[in-house]
Amino acid sequence: MASMQAPERLESGYPKDRTTLGGPRLGPLGWARWAWRQLTSMRTAIYLLLLLAAASFPGSIFPQRSVDPVQVRTFFESNPDLAPWLDRLFLFDVFSSPWFASIYLLLMISLIGCIIPRMGQHWKSVRAQPPRAPRRLNRLLAKAGGTVAADPHEVLSAARAALAAKGYRVRADEEDLWVTGEKGYLKETGNLLFHVALLGVIVAFAGGHLFGWRGEIILKEEQSWTAHPGAFDTLNFSPLADESDIPTFTVQLNELDVAFESQSEGAQFGQPRKFDGLVTVEAPGQEPEQQEFAVNHPISVAGDSIFLLGNGYAPIVTVRDPDGAILYSEAVTFLPQDNNYASEGAIKVTGREPGLGLVGGFLPTLQVDPEVGMTSSFPGLVDPALALTVFEGDLFPDGRAQSVFSIDTDQMTQLTKENGDPVAMLIRPGEYFELSDGTTVEFESVIRWAGLLVRHDPGRMPALGFAIAATIGLALMLGIKRRRIYVRIDREHPTTAPVRTVVSVAGQPKGSDPGLQVAVDDVLNRIATATSNRTTTELHRADEDTV
Amino acid sequence: MTDPHLALASDIAIWASLAVLALALISFSAHLAVTGAARERPATVKFAQKVRVGADTDPQTASIDAHDIDATEPTGPTGVAVEPPTLSHPTEVTRRWGVIGVQLTWLATFGVVGGTTLRGLSVQRWPLGNMYEFAIVAASFALIVFSTWSLKRDRMWLGPFVVLPVMVVLIAGKIWYTEASQLMPALDNTMWLSIHVTLATLSVALFVIGAALGVAFLLRDSADKKNRVRGWLAGLPDADKLEAMTYGIHIFAFPLWTFTLITGAIWAEVAWGRYWGWDPKEIWTFIIWVVYAAYLHSRATSGWTKRQATYVALLGMLCVVFNYTVVNLLITGLHSYSGVAT
Ligand code: HEM
Repeated sequence: MASMQAPERLESGYPKDRTTLGGPRLGPLGWARWAWRQLTSMRTAIYLLLLLAAASFPGSIFPQRSVDPVQVRTFFESNPDLAPWLDRLFLFDVFSSPWFASIYLLLMISLIGCIIPRMGQHWKSVRAQPPRAPRRLNRLLAKAGGTVAADPHEVLSAARAALAAKGYRVRADEEDLWVTGEKGYLKETGNLLFHVALLGVIVAFAGGHLFGWRGEIILKEEQSWTAHPGAFDTLNFSPLADESDIPTFTVQLNELDVAFESQSEGAQFGQPRKFDGLVTVEAPGQEPEQQEFAVNHPISVAGDSIFLLGNGYAPIVTVRDPDGAILYSEAVTFLPQDNNYASEGAIKVTGREPGLGLVGGFLPTLQVDPEVGMTSSFPGLVDPALALTVFEGDLFPDGRAQSVFSIDTDQMTQLTKENGDPVAMLIRPGEYFELSDGTTVEFESVIRWAGLLVRHDPGRMPALGFAIAATIGLALMLGIKRRRIYVRIDREHPTTAPVRTVVSVAGQPKGSDPGLQVAVDDVLNRIATATSNRTTTELHRADEDTV
Repeated sequence: MTDPHLALASDIAIWASLAVLALALISFSAHLAVTGAARERPATVKFAQKVRVGADTDPQTASIDAHDIDATEPTGPTGVAVEPPTLSHPTEVTRRWGVIGVQLTWLATFGVVGGTTLRGLSVQRWPLGNMYEFAIVAASFALIVFSTWSLKRDRMWLGPFVVLPVMVVLIAGKIWYTEASQLMPALDNTMWLSIHVTLATLSVALFVIGAALGVAFLLRDSADKKNRVRGWLAGLPDADKLEAMTYGIHIFAFPLWTFTLITGAIWAEVAWGRYWGWDPKEIWTFIIWVVYAAYLHSRATSGWTKRQATYVALLGMLCVVFNYTVVNLLITGLHSYSGVAT
């Protein structure tokens, strides 16, 4: 209704839109002040927020290096002309780009410039007395009035009591016969808490990115592993972290249990359903401890967490020389290449001259497809098979370090059959394959491995704390209404015998306050009840039918 | 593990509810049209009433003190003022269609909630594992909110603005139908899933109702400005009231979305070892949050009109829709859970 429009604000000097105060005066200082006011105005905050949202958008469209560098490389390969241009605009590193940073830095400055003066103002207003009641209450939008048969001073104390009982801070004037009640100071407190906590979240987030580290490691079942900087498969430090930050501890993977959907058909078939396992962790000076873990249930050790990120199969392969002596016997990590865990890997047998390299795939459920050849049709171990081809020669040419998952076959020769076809073996658990010189390759059995991520982020708990504080602040700021209620008391006819007193109550909101009229009516009712002789009350209703 | 009979019963319940909702939509539209027509006729009475309300700011009446008004207003026998007859309560005839609409919506509410429950029973978990389940839960929430609300207050005019979006959500859910099945490990066995996704659906349901109200406000407000409040637009409440309700819904939904964001971060921390990684889905949760924060700001900034602020809220809705369509279907990230195996 009309009464909801343009509510008068408490404290019109509030820095909601402080741009109006300082027009562009001449002189550099004036301009600086003007710029500062622009930046810390709420209108600018809106634009900066919308800009922040818009700036995040390309981060969800283009692959991001920080999320998936492989996808970025693929994008470069398929868009060789476009990609370098996008890269120049930091579109593959949106969230560390200078333009993204400048938006959030401006927002942070704006936030600080906004919060600090408001804190001062709020501090003052919390300690200040409520203001005098205006002379004319009927100019206010929410109001109610009535006449009671009681002495004005009696009514005044009833009004004081009514407001105090509802938690209003009360100021009254016995001479001039008015009472002002004000409440909802916590709304502004909540607002400040929220905005300060937002800054806190940003600082904690940045702290985690400056002081944290993360390392990845693949652990096979039964394998025990001790953390130190050289023992990770990959290890990344943040700018302000170094090797001395890595604690020592030992983890042994006792077992890993994985299950896949085998009942339902369609897209859901073969989807992973369960990953969990059992580890024994041992930190220095502590008893070894068994812990269960799962995808959503990290291992905790030495104040950090170890997360299960991936898993796969490790076939146990034994290679014997023609006399039956063991040349090689290990569980070999094969990396899954698709959702059915068709996996690739390499076996490097060095205790033999020339070196022997076996390259190929592990298929947990073998399926021979006429088009693509051997694939896996299900990620579980229904019909596991190992398909390998054989190379001979120098396994480590030039002593170069290479991946354990592949073999550089440049300097090697592939073994072939008499007809010139490459030697290829397809063996199942318990089977072996004999090369022409009598060397045997046996596929004994298969175990699983777990891909673990060890993560240290000193900012995460502070970030959580600030996030909770922000939520509390939000609830206070949106849930509490700041309002003032004024009561004016007038003796009806100074001379007539039974004393009749006219009471007028009015409310002043800050922002939208649909419940204000109800509060005003309630105060009037309380006064009337307390003076117990209610004769007439007249209510000017605003709209009660709002949320 | 999954019970195909229950899953089938669930599907039937949802389809049937869609049909009922279509009927409810027709009744509600009829209600608005009839109410609007009824209000257009006694336009002169209504105009007179408006002047009285607006008297607060009229310079002539502004000088009248409170007790003067006391003396002129009629008072009832108990001393409490008799409310003047208002036209905002439609007459019996115009209510009939609206009542039918509310009853049909209640029926559909039971149908959708029942269907959602059956779905949950058939897979023996919270039905929040894929887009289809997300759609039916969001629809349930929106219908529950509207139906219970319409018990307390007269909300018939709001009917079309809830029922139509709910139908769209349900039909979209049917398009992306996913067979009843168990969850991937990253989604399974965690209370954070239930909390995070429940909050997300609830706040989306509220945002949808809020956006519908925002549209209602914009339409009614434009009509007011052109002085052409006709037909079903006249069946709606005043523009100011619509706007106040739009805001009211959003200040509920925004903290819920904030919770969604925080619980999502906690879940990501537990599942992937980082609470925030700028994954596409995380980016969009953030974008939506920021846009609605901008809405609340613009609502509180004196330089912005309520219309402009409402456009920001609708931009937020656009982001919500984008998030559940384009981001879910076309953009792959960790949230597509294909990354779990490597
Ligand atoms: C970091 C981004 C920010 C976010 C997410 C944010 C969020 C919010 C939210 C949700 C509200 C509640 C609005 C309402 O009461 O309805 C609010 C209020 C407010 N914000 Fe921000 N804000 C941010 C930055 C800022 C900045 C930079 C300023 C200063 C220029 C500012 C000044 C205010 C003020 C004065 C209010 C009170 C509005 C009122 O009295 O109703 N905020 N903010």
